[in-house]
Amino acid sequence: MSVASYVFGVLSALLTLGVVIEMLRRRRLRERHAVWWLVAGTLALIIGIFPSTLVWAANLVGVVVPLNLVFFVSVAVLFLVCIQHSSELTALEAKTQTLAETSALQEMRIAALEAELKRTKP
Amino acid sequence: MPTSLEKTLIVMPAFNEEESVRSVVLEVYSKLPGVTCLVVDDGSHDSTAEEAAEAGAIVAKLPFNLGVGGAMRVGFRFALNHGFDNVVQVDADGQHDPGGVISLVQALESADLVLGARFAGEGDYTVKGPRRWAMVVLSKFLSRTARTPLTDTTSGFRASGPRAVRLFAEHYPAEYLGDTIESLVIAARARCVIVQIPVAMRPRAGGVPSHHPLKAAAYLGRACMALVFALVRPPVAVPEARITA
Repeated sequence: MSVASYVFGVLSALLTLGVVIEMLRRRRLRERHAVWWLVAGTLALIIGIFPSTLVWAANLVGVVVPLNLVFFVSVAVLFLVCIQHSSELTALEAKTQTLAETSALQEMRIAALEAELKRTKP
Repeated sequence: MPTSLEKTLIVMPAFNEEESVRSVVLEVYSKLPGVTCLVVDDGSHDSTAEEAAEAGAIVAKLPFNLGVGGAMRVGFRFALNHGFDNVVQVDADGQHDPGGVISLVQALESADLVLGARFAGEGDYTVKGPRRWAMVVLSKFLSRTARTPLTDTTSGFRASGPRAVRLFAEHYPAEYLGDTIESLVIAARARCVIVQIPVAMRPRAGGVPSHHPLKAAAYLGRACMALVFALVRPPVAVPEARITA
């Protein structure tokens, strides 16, 4: 591996982590949404700095071509993030529905109260 | 003592029904003395809400379209907050004859949920192909779950008694087909008594049910999926009655 590709790998991982941490810092990303991105960034940084860990991990789980382990873990992380988003979206939809119902019911109460007020205080 | 009709709330989910909603509300009031009618305007873009209000209905206006499930839950919550015992769902398109409400509410005396089923063999309501298979499969499974013979499980013409109103105010499903199929499963598993009584239904005022084979097949698939997920979800119990002064 050339020095250039080594530096490129480390910098990419640092950039990923940097973006995630900066967004967390500015409150543009909540902790619970950032967990998987932090895990992925940290793994990328470890492998970037110590490429031998990748070979070791691949041997450990019996993956012949170490690069395939990278692909597998990447897909797994993306999959988990997607599932988490779908689940959050479902929760948000349920909350939106309840809010819309409550808003409709309250609007009716306000209209009834206004009518009552008009009747008693001409 | 108030009659059962005075303790009954007619809930009419309406989405862009400006042409029919006024006449249906007027018919409800003329055929059912003492009843209260709530039209839930499900995010319509036309003058559904104004038409309903002019006909004398109470109108709840949802800020955007939630589907029949969301609209009905507004009705159940309203009934719970305002002390109505029964909720009867009537379609705003004029398909359900308000006269049938009387027999539905009568049947509530010995049941928690009453389905108004289209007369078997009567009228011009025939279905075939995948849509028919869907109805057969659904009624087979749901009859077993509900421990009573049901033939028209996707009927929207239904009456809920006090226990069902408390249950549905919290747990009425909002998904596609959830308002008909899953609500039955939820009620059956909460040990609500379900019965079906025959009612006459009129052809829809506008539009006909789709008979395109692909659409019907998609309907079959979604109906089966709705049923399977309804059956594997954890059951919920009827919430305790709130004690009000």
